[in-house]
Amino acid sequence: MIVEIGHIALIMALIVALVQATIPMIGAARGDGRLMAVASTAAGAQWVFIVIAFLSLMNAYVTSDFSVFNVASNSHSAKPMLYKIAGVWGNHEGSLVLWVLILATFGGAIVLFGGNLPPALRARVLSVQALIAVGFLSFSLFTSNPFERVFPAPLDGNGLNPLLQDPGLAFHPPFLYLGYVGFSVAFAFAIAALIEGRVDAAWARWVRPWTLIAWSFLTIGIALGSWWAYYELGWGGWWYWDPVENASFMPWLAGTALLHSAIVCEKRDALKAWTVLLAIVAFSLSLLGTFLVRSGVLTSVHAFATDPARGVFILGFLIFVVGGSLTLFAVRAPLLKAGGLFAPVSREGGIVLNNLLFSTAAATVLLGTLYPLFIDALGAGKVSVGPPYFNTVFIPLMAPLIVLAGIAPMLAWKRADLTGVIARIKIVAAVTVLVLLWSVYRAWGNAVFGAFGIGLSAWLASSVLFDWAVRIRLFRVSALDSLQRAIRIPRAAYGMSLAHFGVALLVAGVTASSAWRTEAIQVMRQGETISVAGFEFLFHGVVRAEGPNYTADRGHFTVTRAGGLVAELWPENRFYPVQQQPTTEAAIHTTWLSDLYVVVGDPDGQGGWSTRVYYNPLVPWIWLGAMVMALGGAVSLSDRRHRVGAPNRRRRRLMAGEPAAEVAR
Amino acid sequence: MNSRRLFYLLPVIVFGVLCAFLLRGLSLDPSTVPTALADKQVPVFDLPPLDSQTKGLASSDLVGEVALVNVFASWCLPCRVEHPFLMELADNGAFALHGVNYKDKPEDARAWLDELGDPFLRIGADQDGRAGIDLGVYGVPETFVIDRAGRIRYKHVGPITQSDLEKYLLPLIRKLSR
Amino acid sequence: MTRKKRRLYTLIGAMVLLSAATALVIGAFRDNLVFFFSPTEVAEKGIEVGQRIRMGGLVEEDSVIRDADGLTVHFRLTDLSHTIMVTYRGILPSLFREGQGVIVQGQLDAPTHFIADEIMAKHDENYMPPEVAEALKKSGQWKGGNE
Repeated sequence: MIVEIGHIALIMALIVALVQATIPMIGAARGDGRLMAVASTAAGAQWVFIVIAFLSLMNAYVTSDFSVFNVASNSHSAKPMLYKIAGVWGNHEGSLVLWVLILATFGGAIVLFGGNLPPALRARVLSVQALIAVGFLSFSLFTSNPFERVFPAPLDGNGLNPLLQDPGLAFHPPFLYLGYVGFSVAFAFAIAALIEGRVDAAWARWVRPWTLIAWSFLTIGIALGSWWAYYELGWGGWWYWDPVENASFMPWLAGTALLHSAIVCEKRDALKAWTVLLAIVAFSLSLLGTFLVRSGVLTSVHAFATDPARGVFILGFLIFVVGGSLTLFAVRAPLLKAGGLFAPVSREGGIVLNNLLFSTAAATVLLGTLYPLFIDALGAGKVSVGPPYFNTVFIPLMAPLIVLAGIAPMLAWKRADLTGVIARIKIVAAVTVLVLLWSVYRAWGNAVFGAFGIGLSAWLASSVLFDWAVRIRLFRVSALDSLQRAIRIPRAAYGMSLAHFGVALLVAGVTASSAWRTEAIQVMRQGETISVAGFEFLFHGVVRAEGPNYTADRGHFTVTRAGGLVAELWPENRFYPVQQQPTTEAAIHTTWLSDLYVVVGDPDGQGGWSTRVYYNPLVPWIWLGAMVMALGGAVSLSDRRHRVGAPNRRRRRLMAGEPAAEVAR
Repeated sequence: MNSRRLFYLLPVIVFGVLCAFLLRGLSLDPSTVPTALADKQVPVFDLPPLDSQTKGLASSDLVGEVALVNVFASWCLPCRVEHPFLMELADNGAFALHGVNYKDKPEDARAWLDELGDPFLRIGADQDGRAGIDLGVYGVPETFVIDRAGRIRYKHVGPITQSDLEKYLLPLIRKLSR
Repeated sequence: MTRKKRRLYTLIGAMVLLSAATALVIGAFRDNLVFFFSPTEVAEKGIEVGQRIRMGGLVEEDSVIRDADGLTVHFRLTDLSHTIMVTYRGILPSLFREGQGVIVQGQLDAPTHFIADEIMAKHDENYMPPEVAEALKKSGQWKGGNE
């Protein structure tokens, strides 16, 4: 019964979304306040209906109601509760319900926090949001209904893919979707602005916090996915440039560009058409990602079970939404008035360069991801584009970006004095050179690449710290005075510093773990030791262990360094009888500076087990960096100016006329 | 001014090209496995009967008449779906329908046939999957169409559906039977 | 700084970046594209020794041999018309089994001997396209689980 209520709620949500997509749009065109007001009510109702639908599906999972086909094919009564809940979005149908739930939640948030939006803009934004909801709700109801019953009900379910039964992956999709779907708000604002034919500083001020939210969530989502790949796939790597990974990375790249260009749009009233285009592209790439993952156009270990009918549906929707909005852009964007002027060397100039680099990077990732498809479609054979391509192209694009991130925040708006800035950052340059020399000295073999990356990281980190020190006039005035200055710096500025510092951590982690990782593979017998990077791994053999829904061969290692105990590690090889599928569980000992990573493979039949041991220096910094970046987003979001929302239009215009007041960001 | 307009049109043009490829991509399957044995002679095999109630299947049994060889297993869910079609095809006179029981326990397979019916003239038991390898079986169910000369003319991957039957299998069988 | 001049600078900057990126991409594609072949194509097309390729096929039953070091594995990869000997050193993926389809990545060191540095195994003995799931629901045959 509850299941049927959920199904009806989903249908009701579709009907409400249809109303919300049309009536307020007409109202905004006619200037009819009553029709526009429908948007808020409808957005609220839509949210309530989708929450009902989502909860009833979750209820079916939690109570193991196998008369629901979706539950029967993706859950199992012996599964731990966490994975029963996470199982709701561990499959195509359920994840779509989560998707629309998040979309409706963002719609509700616009109603809740958008009280100060002009009524016409708000009505249009909510309408565009509802239009997207119509697409996804009908996709869910017509091609992938999660509430379908099966009769007679099976005794037990098929279970969830064991690879997905993991805490990291349980929370990966919600964060990822919060990011993907969050960009729909910026997208809706962009479309509304194009329809109105007006993009101004106030518009950018409304768009920026939403983009910031989406970007922070997407950052966390991608980091969780990468963390999962690191410890679950058992290969010691954290990024494989797999099509599904790329599908989430492309919107991130476009979203990062948008985040920066929106600042220029807000502070300087420039780059309007470009910002609007980026808002469209960021969400379009999210949709494209959805298409790639769910249509079976590209093969990937992460892809959902595929179905051509679904692919046709999403592609149709993609053409409608993206094609439509880009056409609207082509027609309306030339009418947008160009804004403030700036010299090439200026904060704006730096952000333009940042945008060019980020969009180029997104384009190369897109090209690499779709290249096998292009070749296949042209009948020229089957190819795969692997990590070497992406690394070759991506690193040269990212390196100048990091150099830029070290300088640009110190440049003044409009026109800056580059020589002055360079003269100022002597300390930063000195730190960078010192760290560079140190890392060359430490690792002569892979020095060039490794030292270069560590140097970049040091450059960015020290410039962030230096910038902060200059602002609070550290050591130039009394400590108390500095502290007061530190408190007065706007949170948005702290957010930026944190995010950039996070990038520095990430770069260090990526570089060190790629350049200086050591590994050893060996068949080991009980009592034997293997030595990696100065650590001794003593193998105590393998025992059989029982988990809640699997059996495992559990190895046991004692790790010592110079005689002192470092860690006990228990890597596992699990076997899930329900799915007849094995998984590898690496055992990882994490310190601030490195990971020790052990995997046990197959027995050789003579008492030995093939084992692989990695020493991954600085690898935890990758996820730490990503979390610091997301934290930066959150801190920036808590800035009073974002939180209060936008001031009214007149005051904005006044402030835009006084750039001097805004120099301190 | 005109060239500036073109600039704004660029994104939608790029997207159009992209969509053309994506549309094409939908009709391609990146994971298709080419049938290496297409139009080649059936590899030599000789499988023992499933049990005393059936006759075994050898490659020599496949010469002389058009035959459909269905690879099935009792543990295979989709096989259950296609089974009713096989039952319909059983006594048609146009071709022989044989089965290969793949990586299965004989008693399980017997119970399965008793429950759903036995449409096969001959059933070879391929317990260790070796003949399956020779035939290029990637999974179950798979169905091979074999002509009078004992050559593999078509391999159907996955369960047979009504439309597969009407679109590919029956026309081909008619052609081969002529 | 006039509007025109600014646009010119941006355009020049974008052009320089774009051409640099294009050069990078073309270079990277030339060096790093990995083509996919079947053992038959490898045997008949005469793939150059040392060229990085991917090859897909079935692991022939009873063909897996382990060296004394316990880590080096040899097996025959077949598409049933041609067979290529593959050598791999490392831990096999947990889904690697005889009789199963695998994809190997690496290079030939002799016309019929392949050195793999990566093995990808997939797990699909039981086809379950969506139409089948649909049909299962209708017929009420859904029992769940692979017995």
